[in-house]
Amino acid sequence: MNALNTERIRRDFPILARTMRGGKRLVYLDNAATTQKPECVIEAVCDYYRNHNANVHRGFHQLSEEATEILESARARVADFIGAGSPQEVVFTRGATESINLAASAYGAAALRPGDQILLTVMEHHSNLLPWQQLARQTGAELCFIPGREDGALDMDAFQQMLSPKVKILAMTHMSNVLGTINPVRQCIAAAHSAGARVLIDAAQSLPHFKVDVADLDCDFLAFSGHKMLGPMGIGVLYAKRELLDRMRPYQTGGSMIHRVALRDAVWADVPYKFEAGTPNVAGAAGLKAAIDYLEAAGMDRIFQHEQELVRYALQRLDALSGIQIVGRAAHRGAVIAWHMKNVHPHDMAQFADQEGIAIRAGHHCAQPLVVRYGFAALSRASFYLYNDRHEVDALADVVEKTARFFHGL
Amino acid sequence: MAFEDLYREVILRHFKKPQNFGPVSDEEATVEDENPTCGDHFRLRVELQGDRISSIRFDGRGCAISTSSCSMMTERVLGKTPSEARAMISEFLGMVQGTCDPSDESLGDLAVLRSVRDFPVRVKCAGLCWQALSKALDKLSA
Repeated sequence: MNALNTERIRRDFPILARTMRGGKRLVYLDNAATTQKPECVIEAVCDYYRNHNANVHRGFHQLSEEATEILESARARVADFIGAGSPQEVVFTRGATESINLAASAYGAAALRPGDQILLTVMEHHSNLLPWQQLARQTGAELCFIPGREDGALDMDAFQQMLSPKVKILAMTHMSNVLGTINPVRQCIAAAHSAGARVLIDAAQSLPHFKVDVADLDCDFLAFSGHKMLGPMGIGVLYAKRELLDRMRPYQTGGSMIHRVALRDAVWADVPYKFEAGTPNVAGAAGLKAAIDYLEAAGMDRIFQHEQELVRYALQRLDALSGIQIVGRAAHRGAVIAWHMKNVHPHDMAQFADQEGIAIRAGHHCAQPLVVRYGFAALSRASFYLYNDRHEVDALADVVEKTARFFHGL
Repeated sequence: MAFEDLYREVILRHFKKPQNFGPVSDEEATVEDENPTCGDHFRLRVELQGDRISSIRFDGRGCAISTSSCSMMTERVLGKTPSEARAMISEFLGMVQGTCDPSDESLGDLAVLRSVRDFPVRVKCAGLCWQALSKALDKLSA
């Protein structure tokens, strides 16, 4: 397998050519928050509005036909990309957050009884925690958390012991947005299924970076966002097995999700439309399709390989700095690194980096319980993608060192 | 606005060695406050004797901006009446939000935090303890 040509890839992303305050070159290392967009994605969104804009499914005119075709071909492209059995298993949402809320309320509310358990991990993003907190309150179910080991890997022994017939739902992240840990979800899904539980995988951090196949994983639900995989903001996906979608009640009601409406009752449309009330984000779907085309042309395996090399190099550079503590040392990890530097608050770290044109994140990264679990109030984080290179890792390591020297010298 | 203005010597001095700093237990705290964007957490204890702030102490962890702001605030409001302190709160918050421009004389050291207004995410850092003081005064006067 030949390596990714980063230099050529960078030319596809117009934003990477801009300069920042003080004429600095942009070093974008906040990819776990959102990713930059290649020209082809921007063009797909523009092309939709410029040439095809109309409302979908109901129009009997050419533009409406074209818009419908754009939306449905994007759905088919997503289904193919994630290995879904059919496009009907792909529900478009605003993003992973809405996908998880949809699953929790449309599936969870009917599936849980008081005393049932919802199993999560300590490393969930708030978006895969709060919907279940709400659901537990509403149904009387109990939340249980698979603990993390010191190195940031999931405690699989504890997980095995926590499984029982009481567990009805396992909802877990495929990859931690703080620790970088890639969880053994295939193994977890099989174990949870043996215990009789359904499984939702939060793939927001994984699917953009390596091949994820829902048939291979055998997950019941999978949620992800377009904007973290080169696509536009405001489009995301909930994959669910057809048999579950058929059984689930609608999440929101209104236009375009119905088969027939009378004043006092209604018959819902078939899946997936039953879960897509209101006018859909067709431009977002067009952009997502273009993003998938781009990622597959680059090669998911090559992207993963490239990021593995980058993260190894970044860890090596950062580990050489005195006073640094890297949080998350799991052997199987993606290209996200969180750290704490002695005597330097992460806000100040991010401000110093910003001064050099380097975009990193500081704070609790929407995973407050996790950051607290490892003994911190806030951490700094750098996260990489296919367009990042070793020079950018060097720039990061240099600014971390410079900031540390500044504060240590006080 | 220059980045250097954000990390001026006086700010760093207060960050390294905050005045009227800790410890404040949960029970002792008049108020607790946190910055939701980063999880920074402060406890503030304020005591009144007669109509003056006779004691003020804070505890917690924050960045250079929030810690130095809090340190300077405690120095500034100690011995003042609650209404004087309230005037300072609105003056300071107005300054960092860019809605008013108080004179350097009325602010003392705190004037160095004026540059925060050019860094929108840091406005919250600088204002955190002042919001907390406002809540503490409400509580003490209730």
